[in-house]
Amino acid sequence: MECERCKQRPATVHLTQIINSEKKTMHLCEPCAREFQAESFGFVPQMNLHNLLAGLFHYQMANPFGQQEIPEGEKCPDCALTERKFAQQGLLGCGECYRKFANRLEPVFRRIHGNNRHTGKVPERTGGRVKIVNEIHKLKNSLREAVSREEFELAAEIRDQIKDLEKKLGGEELNSVNQGNS
Amino acid sequence: MSIKETVSTALSRWTGEGGAESDVVISSRIRVARNLADFPFPHRLSEEGAEQVLQAVTLAVKSTGGQDAKELQMTVMSELSQVERQILVDKHLVSPDLLENYKQKAVVLNNDESISIMINEEDHLRLQCFLPGLHLHEAWSEVNRIDDLLERTLDYAFDERLGYLTACPTNVGTGMRASLMLHLPGLVLVNQISGVLATISKLGFAVRGLYGEGTEATGNLFQISNQVTLGQTEEDIIAGIVSVAGQIIASERSARQALYRERREHIEDRVGRAWGLLKHARIMTSEEAMRLFSDLRLGKDLNIIDTIPGHLITELMIATRPAFLLKIVGKELSSFERDVKRAELIRLKLSEA
Ligand SMILES: [Zn+2]
Ligand SMILES: [Zn+2]
Repeated sequence: MECERCKQRPATVHLTQIINSEKKTMHLCEPCAREFQAESFGFVPQMNLHNLLAGLFHYQMANPFGQQEIPEGEKCPDCALTERKFAQQGLLGCGECYRKFANRLEPVFRRIHGNNRHTGKVPERTGGRVKIVNEIHKLKNSLREAVSREEFELAAEIRDQIKDLEKKLGGEELNSVNQGNS
Repeated sequence: MSIKETVSTALSRWTGEGGAESDVVISSRIRVARNLADFPFPHRLSEEGAEQVLQAVTLAVKSTGGQDAKELQMTVMSELSQVERQILVDKHLVSPDLLENYKQKAVVLNNDESISIMINEEDHLRLQCFLPGLHLHEAWSEVNRIDDLLERTLDYAFDERLGYLTACPTNVGTGMRASLMLHLPGLVLVNQISGVLATISKLGFAVRGLYGEGTEATGNLFQISNQVTLGQTEEDIIAGIVSVAGQIIASERSARQALYRERREHIEDRVGRAWGLLKHARIMTSEEAMRLFSDLRLGKDLNIIDTIPGHLITELMIATRPAFLLKIVGKELSSFERDVKRAELIRLKLSEA
């Protein structure tokens, strides 16, 4: 069977997807499969997210030459969850997993949520600093808009507000499991 | 309501009256996932760890103070019989997940069962508010309030960039699912349902038939919910789903009106037959009952039948599920005996109305 994408190399990867509750199997060569995975991540909404997510990791880690054995992959230092286990279950083991597997999760977030930064509720008692950080983030956006509209007085005001908030933070580096560009 | 009362009646806050747009929206639910910072997520938790989580949440619930502390009652799943646990699922107060390996799993309910907190489900806490009709904003403000009270005691797993950390990365961020249960017989009858559902899912919302497989819905009941939990505020998510719901409600109403205008006799006949069967049949399967309830509800909403309150139909939907029938009879039933018992219960309830 030849690869249905490039129609040149033999198809060695068989990828099953469910799109709009229709099952589709794609037969691809290894390089095409890699490309396909990089651009689509095989993610289609409205299906069992767990299985899908597991499938995503599974596929990423699977040996393309037909062997079903999934390697154990990396291991979370806190809860000992392996990538293989995550691939099988679609569940992370603890908060630290988000840090350990951050690079792998980043594209997953973009694919599922179209975003990688939380903008919603922050815990009242423990989230004080985060509130300030989010506020700064919002003000910086307003600052950009003010400058683009050439409202420089407003921009100066916003800049001062940002400075005040940054002072409150004491200039420490933020501690986050996911320092990806936002 | 004590837990014993809870599992003895199909009534719950969400099956009751007082819902906005209740001709189409049966109920609104907000659910948030929360985890404790110092423990692995439940599926990686030892029995001892799960017990500690249970203790920590018990303490947090007791420390909410005031009326909340008085009302919120915790029940460990192992205190209940299998039938009683299933009844909690049928009433949508807990998820089916809470029935598996239920040893360290628990549920906290308030008096009218509008608030439910599942402990050691997929996440350490799943806090939900369930109301009749279209009331997502009210449900969120209640969830938000209880969440704040619990957080005074509990250290949540929260990341500055990713928000609330959840066992499944599809819930990370707000950890929130907003969902609506919709009755859409009009769109089904005019064959527009699949188009509407396809549009909704293109907009990034999940749709599924309730009690059915995939988009096959029993009793024309559908559930829509948000998929995205990261990068939008809770209010944005709710506003999005409310606006989609507004469109669906409008098309469902116009489908019903068109049907009633153009095929009046057919619709009246359909409703009348449902009414007659429900009042007089002696054997009733669950599928048939759900179909007839849908017709009856449509008849009520079109004012063809005016003696039936909508909430009674919702109550019957739950009361005629197998677990409830078992509970009433108090012994195992064959499926035939169940169908007989179901018909009997429906006749009784409708003659009281
Ligand atoms: Zn190829
Ligand atoms: Zn971990």
